Amino acid sequence: MKFAAARTGLLALALLSGTSTLASADVVLRLGNDTDPATLDQHKTSTVAESRLLRDLYEGLVAEDAAGKIIPGSALSWEISDDGLTYTFHMREDARWSNGDPVTADDFLFTFRRIMNPATAAGYASVLFPILNAEAVAKGERQAGDLGVAAPDPQTLVITLNAPTPYFLQLLTHQTGLPLHPATVESFGDAFTKPGNLVSNGAFVLESFVPNDKIVMRKNPQFHDAANVQVDEVQWIPFEDRSACLRRFEAGEVHTCSDVPAEQMKYMKENLPEALRIAPYLGTYYLPVKVAKPEFADPRVRQAISMLIDRDFIADEVWQGTMLPAYALVPPGIDNYVENPPELDYAKADLLDREDAAIALLQEAGVDPATLDIQLSYNSSENHRNTMAAISDMLSNVGIESSLNEMEGTGYFNYLREGGDFDIVRAGWIGDYSDPQNFLYLNETGVSFNYSKWSNEAYDAKMRAASQETDLDERAKLLAEAEAIYLAEVPTIPILFYSSRALVSDQISGYEDNLLDHHATRWLSLNQ
Amino acid sequence: MLTYTLRRLASAVPTVLVIITLTFFMIRLAPGGPFDLERPLDPLIMANLEKAYNLDAPLWSQYLTYLGNLLHGDLGPSFTRRDFSVNELFAVGMPVSILLGGLALVTAVVLGTLLGAWAALRQNTGVDYAVVGLATFGITTPTFVVAPLLSLTFGVVLGILPAGGWSNANPAYWVLPIVTLALPQVAVIARLVRGATIEALRSNHVRTARAYGLPTRIVVGVHALRAAMLPAVSYLGPTAAGLLTGSVVVETIFGIPGIGRYFVQGALGRDYTLVMGMIVVIALFIIVFNLLVDLAYAWLDPRVRFD
Repeated sequence: MKFAAARTGLLALALLSGTSTLASADVVLRLGNDTDPATLDQHKTSTVAESRLLRDLYEGLVAEDAAGKIIPGSALSWEISDDGLTYTFHMREDARWSNGDPVTADDFLFTFRRIMNPATAAGYASVLFPILNAEAVAKGERQAGDLGVAAPDPQTLVITLNAPTPYFLQLLTHQTGLPLHPATVESFGDAFTKPGNLVSNGAFVLESFVPNDKIVMRKNPQFHDAANVQVDEVQWIPFEDRSACLRRFEAGEVHTCSDVPAEQMKYMKENLPEALRIAPYLGTYYLPVKVAKPEFADPRVRQAISMLIDRDFIADEVWQGTMLPAYALVPPGIDNYVENPPELDYAKADLLDREDAAIALLQEAGVDPATLDIQLSYNSSENHRNTMAAISDMLSNVGIESSLNEMEGTGYFNYLREGGDFDIVRAGWIGDYSDPQNFLYLNETGVSFNYSKWSNEAYDAKMRAASQETDLDERAKLLAEAEAIYLAEVPTIPILFYSSRALVSDQISGYEDNLLDHHATRWLSLNQ
Repeated sequence: MLTYTLRRLASAVPTVLVIITLTFFMIRLAPGGPFDLERPLDPLIMANLEKAYNLDAPLWSQYLTYLGNLLHGDLGPSFTRRDFSVNELFAVGMPVSILLGGLALVTAVVLGTLLGAWAALRQNTGVDYAVVGLATFGITTPTFVVAPLLSLTFGVVLGILPAGGWSNANPAYWVLPIVTLALPQVAVIARLVRGATIEALRSNHVRTARAYGLPTRIVVGVHALRAAMLPAVSYLGPTAAGLLTGSVVVETIFGIPGIGRYFVQGALGRDYTLVMGMIVVIALFIIVFNLLVDLAYAWLDPRVRFD
């Protein structure tokens, strides 16, 4: 009796104080994201913002630790054949879906077949094209059964590749490699992504999704490492307005911002020095040149233009130190590359000397700077405009005339790909995986991202040789030789390396800066 | 009156149809499409996507399909928020926008009328100058300046209200967005009411009322203000429609899940169905509120009759 009375009293107290009493025991993280996802169907996503959400919900064959290094995921171990073509994964016995079903090799087989099914219309399926016959299956030229993925038993998954692909494990960490729960997808169809329907195998499960408000995830008790997950609830809040995230961060309403307003960099450096995280990121900001135009056909002209661009000024003044000066296409710190990657030989030269050298180069090429009139095109953004305006000013130092041409974002990249009539444009590339090939293939003949439409046989040959090479060091050398050919011709002028920029509250631990800017919530905790 | 209302509603059908038709074909003229990303899709994948969303059919057939679905109240799937239909997006966002817009509207009408009338009764005094000054400030200061300032002051510096975010249950989240939305409207309504009240106070029927010896309270409250409300009421029609369908600026800065942002997000992302849905909703609101304004006229001004 006494017992019951005490219990009733407690219950009444809990009811009186609302849900706060109950919730106070929970660790709730509120994380700012760039934007809402277009969908939570991993096979139909493409953006970084979506990958953050999906990495919390799902676990692929391999996962990443807080530093972005590859660790076992749904597969506990794997072997790679000597020829580098066959990967055998051994599934983790305690891997469970959020509804309690075991995660099996057949689930992954289902997932890989679904993403390559033309009817799925997966826009990013190409990330997994190194898998044997994947491209042909995705194009409807071969049957699903021809795909190089097999599940001889529920605990073993064998993936066969077209060619040795040293970065294949990195590819599997991409959101396209995350598994789906076959029964849920089959019974709900497209609606399997709805809260309540969605079954996941990662550290968290989807609780609710209100567009433009937040996505709430709860800790998944079935996750094999649930004992070490410190966070009970994650709220992902989309911020299209970066300043809004900064304000809410300062007000203590969010614990992190995935991006920061560049125009308030000075303020944050002075007032939030501990929280502001600027780290090298896997991306390059570069300027494709239309090499088919007679005035840009001579590599010496392109090299002269490149020499005139003061990267330090653009990085420090225009981008307020959120970008780093670049004298190469492949970002520093990338995996599977040579110790000392090639860079433009004037990287460390004084700017005035570079100007003289540029004038000399133009003279050698028989081009009078005053006859050049270059149109600098860019997609709408204040920083892109300021960057191009600065470059225009730098070119005028030797008498080269230029004008700015701002274009609307939608359709801009179509224009570049489909041979738009530009002189010099702005482009950016964020790597999908940490391997130089992901950057260098942008210059291969026939690749649609080859905006400059540069074509060089020696370069293509080096890239082909690298793709067949199984020895990692030899392959790195071939790739570096390809980059050296590119740098001698600069069909695109690299000017900046991206860095990731975030705000992270001092209440959060476990957030480690890394090149990929991947920070799964399972590694984070809140100090209260 | 009932016949009039029904006739007005019936005449709205062709108007909406013209709006829908124009929008449907105009948005297709914009370059690019909903599935054009920085990375090009394989032609086969693009074809599959277009098929899934019926974008491969001839335009006239897509148009007829859209109209047919619209008759059943189906606004179609969203192209850029592919886990939701446009109906689902509106079902979540509309109550939020209507709540915020409605409260801002009431605030604007009450405050604007009181300030306007007060200024008119104290014409050319300190009060009058203060109200006119405030109104000028309210009209000229853009929302995208007011919103971050309020958020900074009350959310970050003073820390007494949330700097952003939304809760359907906690009114603390509503205050700053409502103030931001209401401020320019308070300003406009105060100016309109002030001007109209000054004019009404000089009119024949008010002079007659005064001559009868009616108390000032009745003269101003019943006879002058009633006439003075007319310009404000006609201003309120389109304004109410605008406020209730959400504001892209306020929703983005405060992080509010209303429908106001969908217009811009939809247009930039070439989300045809989302833009169409917003057009239909806004058109309906404008038609309904213009009708309400006309009906309110009859009630406020005894000379107006519809029969």
